[in-house]
Amino acid sequence: MKLNKALATVALAGSVAAMSAPAMARDTISIVGSSTVYPFATVVAERFGTKTDFSTPKLESTGSGGGLKLFCQGIGTQHPDITNASRRMKTSEFELCQSNGVKDITEFRIGSDGIVIASSKNAENLDITLEQLFLALGSKVPVDGKWVENPNENWSDVDSSLPNKPIRVMGPPPTSGTRDSFNELALAAGCDELPEAASLSKDEHASICESVREDGAFIEAGENDNLIVQKLIGDTGMYGVFGYSFLEENADRLQAATLNGMVPTAEGIAADEYPVARSLFFYVKKAHVGVVPGIQEYVSEFTSNAAMGQNGYLKDVGLIVPPRSALMDLMDKAESMPNLTLDELK
Amino acid sequence: MTDQRSQAEIVRQSLKRRYRKERRFRAYGILAIAIALGALLTLFTDIIGKGYTGFLKTTITMEVQLDGEMMYLDDPKDERQIKMADFVEPLVQALIKEVPGATEEDRKQIRELINPYASVALRDALKANPEWLDTSRTMTFLSHTDVDVYVKHAGDDAYSIKLNDQQKAWVDELQERGVIETSFNDVFFSGGDSRDPSKAGILGAIVGSLLTMFVTLILSFPIGVAAAIYLEEFAPQNKFTDFIEVNINNLAAVPSIIFGLLGLAVFINLFGMPRSVPVVGGLVLTLMTLPTIIISSRAAIKSVPPSIREAAEGIGASKMQVVLHHVLPLAMPGMLTGSIIGMAQALGETAPLLLIGMVAFIVDVPDGFFDSATVLPVQVFLWAGSPELAFIERASAAIMVLLAFLISMNALAIWMRKRLERRW
Repeated sequence: MKLNKALATVALAGSVAAMSAPAMARDTISIVGSSTVYPFATVVAERFGTKTDFSTPKLESTGSGGGLKLFCQGIGTQHPDITNASRRMKTSEFELCQSNGVKDITEFRIGSDGIVIASSKNAENLDITLEQLFLALGSKVPVDGKWVENPNENWSDVDSSLPNKPIRVMGPPPTSGTRDSFNELALAAGCDELPEAASLSKDEHASICESVREDGAFIEAGENDNLIVQKLIGDTGMYGVFGYSFLEENADRLQAATLNGMVPTAEGIAADEYPVARSLFFYVKKAHVGVVPGIQEYVSEFTSNAAMGQNGYLKDVGLIVPPRSALMDLMDKAESMPNLTLDELK
Repeated sequence: MTDQRSQAEIVRQSLKRRYRKERRFRAYGILAIAIALGALLTLFTDIIGKGYTGFLKTTITMEVQLDGEMMYLDDPKDERQIKMADFVEPLVQALIKEVPGATEEDRKQIRELINPYASVALRDALKANPEWLDTSRTMTFLSHTDVDVYVKHAGDDAYSIKLNDQQKAWVDELQERGVIETSFNDVFFSGGDSRDPSKAGILGAIVGSLLTMFVTLILSFPIGVAAAIYLEEFAPQNKFTDFIEVNINNLAAVPSIIFGLLGLAVFINLFGMPRSVPVVGGLVLTLMTLPTIIISSRAAIKSVPPSIREAAEGIGASKMQVVLHHVLPLAMPGMLTGSIIGMAQALGETAPLLLIGMVAFIVDVPDGFFDSATVLPVQVFLWAGSPELAFIERASAAIMVLLAFLISMNALAIWMRKRLERRW
């Protein structure tokens, strides 16, 4: 009989725990979005948590697209308040937001990130143009006016000024935002330099210019950029593709390739001179400001001089901070929270 | 006669070959075990070799002048003043005094040796002990992560040392004088996650894991046992119960991420439960462990000898009395073992939690089932992907903690089986 009672109690407790999920008011800011912005936003969130009386915001790294999808699902505390993105919101995403009642959104452009091609300091450094890079890594390249499977095996097959070594590059998988940006900003841009690219239709352009060869010359290394760094240090014939912050973290052991004559520097990336640079964003759901406590304060912490100034703590973790004038604009924006409009995104 | 002798001769001749065959067969078995043990040993040495330094912290102990004027503070009980006060300056000044030959001009380099959160620790200490103002105290603070990495890994190729030569010389000197020391990393066990490796801890993840496992246990054990008892003792044997049995066996083989998708669709989107909370995590893991528990519980019930049932029925016990008084107590050890192994599996699971938002940066230690939380394997995953190299050793240290949990759960299962098992 005892056992009987004990079982009944446990079962009851279990069902109570399962059923008593209330639609709760949240007092923690919920942030989703890009894995590129994640290392910066987490630092801000932690500082914000220790500095103020608000609880530390919760951050999920869902990728830019996944974050915007969650963000645009609707108004209410079960949906996130802020989403980070390593690219701008697409018009289709804006429309999804609008149709789900997420009408008022404020956009913040918080700085830049560069994608670098790095190798061990003991390796031969690359000095390469985007066009050459596409010829080395694109899945199809033009030979005598025809697009064929990439025949180049050594870097020197692309151009005699490049090292006479097999092409071996490690990079992030297609699920990564870094890979998206690399395909778009490096490969497609290099592809467009080719005279043969002009005659491609829009669909052909997307399938040819933004795809990486799959014959083993480009090695997908998973989302773990530390792994790529370790591989590069051990193997001087290997090159790696990753974000600028990982280069900075390992500056004593890695060197970065020169792209289109530009060495990646924080200044060059901030000024958009380095060719493979992108802006980072976050989007705030205005309907939640005042409902979930601390959103306004979090935004002003993010856009403060202490965080994003020339000596700010975000600079220490590798964010390429915006120039002072842009930061002043951001601070104004954090005060007034203007609405994002469809025209701005077009 | 001659024919028979030759038969014996043949047997004797083949005997050697048969012994050889047998020896070879055994050698294969030993080889298989050796490979398995070798793999396990490699894994353990790699993790322990990389991770044991994660259990060490580097601290700076120094005499701090808590000068109110320097900090712009004359009443530590005043919240406003605390907010505006400067808690960095006393630390920098104290360290400048400790470093021989350092002057006011080196302050930037000196400051880079102190953990950015040391000033928060000083603030909290002053808030708790207002009477310390305008006194001088010997206090211990965390060092900067760059110092931590240098102290632990100077000369190790896997790490980048970010201190300059001047700072390295200072740190060497301070270490000799015992100002900079390494000791057991209690922060690792008492704090939540942080983006500063020196300050990062796994307490938040451990509590999150315990909350999630509690929900999983109190749901999956009673449901699983009840299902097993019904199917084994009461259900009629027909096509429909066969169909259910096949499906339970299939469910046990479904990849765990599918349960995550189900959890997202049902618990979060349909029932409107919050993301990233232990309750939803526990519910999803319940779905995952249920088949394991049902299958092992049924096996345990089956192994109770029919003579016991018949004896109970013979003296007039009802079906329910037979089950509750005789079968269930005897089958309990087997059920518990199966449940513990199912729970250990759930403890190491990350994939389904990814979809319900438990893969997140959460600093505060959760204090309830509806508080945002993460779990141990997720914490390992998050740290392994961080750009800061000092997180590598923390990730390995967290793996060791996770392994310790898993090994103790499995040991408990074995102990219970040995202890409670009855032989007939």
